[in-house]
Amino acid sequence: MPEPLLSIRNLRVEYLTPNGPVRAVDNVSFDVGAGEVFGLAGESGCGKSTLALAALRLLPPPALITGGEVLFEGKDILGMDDAALASFRWRKISLVFQSAMNALNPVLTVGAQICDVIEKHERVTRAQALERSAELLRLMGIDSTRLRSYPHQLSGGMRQRVVIAIALALKPPMMFMDEPTTALDVVVQREIMQQIAELKRELGFSILFITHDLSLMVEFSDRIGILYAGKLVELSDAKSLFEKPRHPYTRGLMASFPAVRGPRRRLDGISGSPPDMLHPPEGCRFHPRCSEAIPRCRSTRPPLLRVAPDAEVACHLYPAEARRP
Amino acid sequence: MLVNDDETMGYRRTLKQKPRGLWGQLLQNKKATFGLCIVLAFVVLALLSPLLVRDPSAFLAVPLAPPSGEYWLGTTGQGQDVFAQTLYGARTSLWVGFSVGVAVIVIGTSVGLAAGYFGGLVDDVLTTLINVFLIMPGLPLAVVLAAYLPAGPLTLAFVLIVTSWSWHARVVRAQTLSLRHKDFVNAAIVGGESHTRIMFLEILPNMTSLIVSGFIGATVYAIGAQVGLEFLGLGDVSVVTWGTNLYWAANNQALLTESWWTIVPTGLAIALTGFALVMINFAIDEVTNPRLKSESAWAEALRAAEVAPGFSTPVIRSKDA
Repeated sequence: MPEPLLSIRNLRVEYLTPNGPVRAVDNVSFDVGAGEVFGLAGESGCGKSTLALAALRLLPPPALITGGEVLFEGKDILGMDDAALASFRWRKISLVFQSAMNALNPVLTVGAQICDVIEKHERVTRAQALERSAELLRLMGIDSTRLRSYPHQLSGGMRQRVVIAIALALKPPMMFMDEPTTALDVVVQREIMQQIAELKRELGFSILFITHDLSLMVEFSDRIGILYAGKLVELSDAKSLFEKPRHPYTRGLMASFPAVRGPRRRLDGISGSPPDMLHPPEGCRFHPRCSEAIPRCRSTRPPLLRVAPDAEVACHLYPAEARRP
Repeated sequence: MLVNDDETMGYRRTLKQKPRGLWGQLLQNKKATFGLCIVLAFVVLALLSPLLVRDPSAFLAVPLAPPSGEYWLGTTGQGQDVFAQTLYGARTSLWVGFSVGVAVIVIGTSVGLAAGYFGGLVDDVLTTLINVFLIMPGLPLAVVLAAYLPAGPLTLAFVLIVTSWSWHARVVRAQTLSLRHKDFVNAAIVGGESHTRIMFLEILPNMTSLIVSGFIGATVYAIGAQVGLEFLGLGDVSVVTWGTNLYWAANNQALLTESWWTIVPTGLAIALTGFALVMINFAIDEVTNPRLKSESAWAEALRAAEVAPGFSTPVIRSKDA
């Protein structure tokens, strides 16, 4: 891969709870190239959203970034002050999150809310801003007469599209999408995802795509990272992950949803619960739930190693391949 | 399957760390223990005062004698023991303060809950009532009522309850209105629970911190207002309370005669009680709102690293990996 657009290096995020610090993101590193869709998957509470919000420095207290670097076009976001961040966010990386459709102000028209973003960041007249807003809505497949509508006059899917249009308003080179379609039904979900994929081809932005819906993720991402208890356990090409999931946790995730075609089979899921992050297990954090754990898993934390040209795994079951260059 | 539940969850260790219940957490909180100690000390001293000191109304010695071994805090203009008066004064003042606090909470909460929960005509009537009491200026009305009714602590308590319940009722009504349409209340209605049960067991526990802070606020106000009214001579000046202590001190020209010991002990006692109650209030706020507590740990970490809190997530790079 050429120079990555976004490069997250050893990012650590902690929440200072009354019972002690909780490391929600633990030494996570990955790159996202220009025009690439990077998927981040994992159970609830594994640190997916924390990671995305930390990279934009948007986590509220008591969160604290305790180490690492987040390089975007070579500049470290973690070194920026409030003013630099204010002009960086949205212009360079915009954000769409799960209940984003509730982020629209009910007493302002959709047009006013899109214009606000454009006018805040660029020197344009209201007329120019309105024209661009209409264009953005058209891109998302909404008629431009809807500019004068209020959010309550739109359906959930349309509101989500409006929010995505706002995220696209400044044509940022990258978008973070944190479960952008979770609140919608599958049909609308698919429509919106296809629209995003199409826009991505047209405009060439990168996406950090966060979801727990693995099938959606495998379909729309180029590469995928699997997070477990704040650590990256597997990092590989979407195709390779789908065809050959390596980490036992990834395999468990893949076995947790049914295939549309093919023979009927039992869904196994993953037994146990995610670990208490105040006292994460020693060694591999997944070992108490892992059906293939070996004695070493209890004591030694497996590093993320390249086990194939297109896959990295943090698991003791794959030591031999790791030594190959 | 290699699943050991204890190991997976680490629950046992977490449970051990968590202090048990509201009291356990309050006792671990510095502000709360500090406030509770002061309030308890005053209550105990007030209760035991007949055993500890002389008759506070008796004329014992030379008037306006400064503190000495015989009279620890000196004597008043009437030759009474200031130390005895301060302790005895706590009896009436604290009694009036806490009973007004309880009454304000009981009346205000019931009226507010009923208005917010039933809505419609009930709400209209009760809200009008609340508003009528709200627009009456509290202290002037208290002055007028106290002047016309027979003087005494009971009258003062009554006057203070009448003039201060409505504010609390208003707050509780607003909170009830927002909780009224939560799904758990609808579920309780569908489940066939009685109105009283829903109001007091479903809705009320959701505003514990509001009620407790309302109680403490009303108590502090009642102690202060009672002292104020009595200082103005609107109480029964023959009863020993903190307010009448100050009334007599002023009457006997404490400032002209430079007899500071007649005003400082009572004044300090009032200030300390108010301060202690407010500390308890802060502590309860922290305990019932865990976010405040974790944010204080967060702010401390920022101070230690000399990072100024801004609008963005702070970065403190620690050395360990």
